[in-house]
Amino acid sequence: MSVSNVQTSLVDRAPVPIRTRPVRSRRQRVGYALTVLAFLLPSAIPLALFVLGPMIAAAGVSLTKWNLLAPPKFVGFDNYANLLTAPQTGAVFLHTLFYIVGYLPLVYVGGLALALALNSRLKGRAFWRSIYFLPVVTSWIVVALVWRWLLNPSTGIVNTVLGFVGIDGPGWWTDPTWAMPSIILASAWKDLGFVMVILLAGLQAINPELEDAARVDGAGWWRRLWSVTLPLLSPSTFFVVVISLINGFQVFDQVYAMTGGGPNGASEVVVQRIYDLTFRYGAAGEASALSWILFVVVLGVTVVQIIGQRRWVTYG
Amino acid sequence: MDERWTARSIVLHVVIIAGAAIMFFPFLWTIITSITPGAGLTQTPALIPENPSLEAYLRLFSERPFGRQIANSLFLAVITTVVQLITSSTAAYAFSRLPFRGRGAVFAVYLATMMIPLQVLVVPLFVELKTFGLINTFLGALLPTFASAFGIFLLRQAVNQVPRELDEAAMLDGAGHFRTFFSIVLPNIRPALATLTVFAFMGSWNSFLWPLVVLRKPELQTLPVALAGLQGQYTTDWDVVMAGSVVSVLPILAIYLFAQKYVIQGVASSGIK
Repeated sequence: MSVSNVQTSLVDRAPVPIRTRPVRSRRQRVGYALTVLAFLLPSAIPLALFVLGPMIAAAGVSLTKWNLLAPPKFVGFDNYANLLTAPQTGAVFLHTLFYIVGYLPLVYVGGLALALALNSRLKGRAFWRSIYFLPVVTSWIVVALVWRWLLNPSTGIVNTVLGFVGIDGPGWWTDPTWAMPSIILASAWKDLGFVMVILLAGLQAINPELEDAARVDGAGWWRRLWSVTLPLLSPSTFFVVVISLINGFQVFDQVYAMTGGGPNGASEVVVQRIYDLTFRYGAAGEASALSWILFVVVLGVTVVQIIGQRRWVTYG
Repeated sequence: MDERWTARSIVLHVVIIAGAAIMFFPFLWTIITSITPGAGLTQTPALIPENPSLEAYLRLFSERPFGRQIANSLFLAVITTVVQLITSSTAAYAFSRLPFRGRGAVFAVYLATMMIPLQVLVVPLFVELKTFGLINTFLGALLPTFASAFGIFLLRQAVNQVPRELDEAAMLDGAGHFRTFFSIVLPNIRPALATLTVFAFMGSWNSFLWPLVVLRKPELQTLPVALAGLQGQYTTDWDVVMAGSVVSVLPILAIYLFAQKYVIQGVASSGIK
């Protein structure tokens, strides 16, 4: 509350913009610190206790050999050394990267087109939005079953339709080359509605007068999209890209449900490997070490994006 | 855009409808399987079942504590959503409007909590909650969901989009941070709050691994855990599984439709316009 006192005293002078912290007395500084804590602690306490704590515990586990039953045995950095030299580690990271590179452009461009279309004048807009949102709320167990059926190499609808136009459809999830593209396709289909909703919320926040002004100035549809809508939408775009990359590196459910990492490990991703190490091979230490390697990679990628956002993200 | 049916608007409608058909198809297929008694997945189900029946839905509720499990899921999802709305919006305000030394680093730590896979946190988390005596309690299932870095990040982006002139004006009128937060910032981020409501509810409603581990008693089980249990080791009644899937989608769809209304209202009444 002390902050407001400082600012009311400014009223009868020139209305100075209060963007930065004004210089304050000791008491006011304490008051400000308490305000910050009041806003932050509700989230900081659960995050520290139930995410950061277990994360640090996992770092401890990564230095041990532990099958979850017998007491863990300290092995130093052996798990990391083993993982970094194993060819399988490179392979699972490569598959994960393949997934991200295929998935992100598909889901962003698709989600943007959908958000723009469903933000424009359209009959039954709310109804169509709900339909496109349906896959987002459906569980991967169901979605994977349906997609395996759609992409069945011999009886699936997709290959049947491809057959009509004279294309010999691939083996999809049964073929090592096409297993990952099958997962990408199903994932983009499922997440399209997610991206659409985030971008729609962003579009709704844009002042329509700005677009109208551009229209009056004679800007066409593409020009308005490039020079007005996309820059103003950049905070939402930034959010979608950061979240999609974080989730992309941790892709698991759909792989587990659609191919189980197969055929022959062709679609095995990092978290699938972590899961198998923990719950199938009883190698919790190695699993924790791989998690920390993944964590460092994702953290690095995210930090680069946060630093890079100054170049292209505009806030209101 | 004008109201007339221009060539462009017709093309737009055709594309939207065709796309919607593709999006809806798997759900339609789920419904069809759920009303086809004895449905298997080996043969292609007929698009119009020969003897449609609601038997699978009745079996769902008569043979298992399905009603109880729905109530459990609903309870957990509502609490999680309400708490996340509070913890996310306050944190978002701090990260957008309350500068302090090291804020960037604190935000980075918040974001970092999203980057480690849950699969590896489950074991330490279980050990931790066991020492608190919270295994087989709803509190144990809830506590790890109380703060969401995703929600905080989502709302921070939204608060950043609220023009600072609005809160500066409020502060010049004598409002403190708490008043600015409640009367300026919250009303202006209603679309994002509605979006978070949907995702927080959905995240809790669909979460599988943690409820599976922490809620061991059948009467405490949640819907996804129960649904997974329906897929037997040797045989699976697919019509029952699909009936369960259909039922499980309905509450989120309801939340979505409810929230969507607020996304539109929120914009109409906001100071941004």
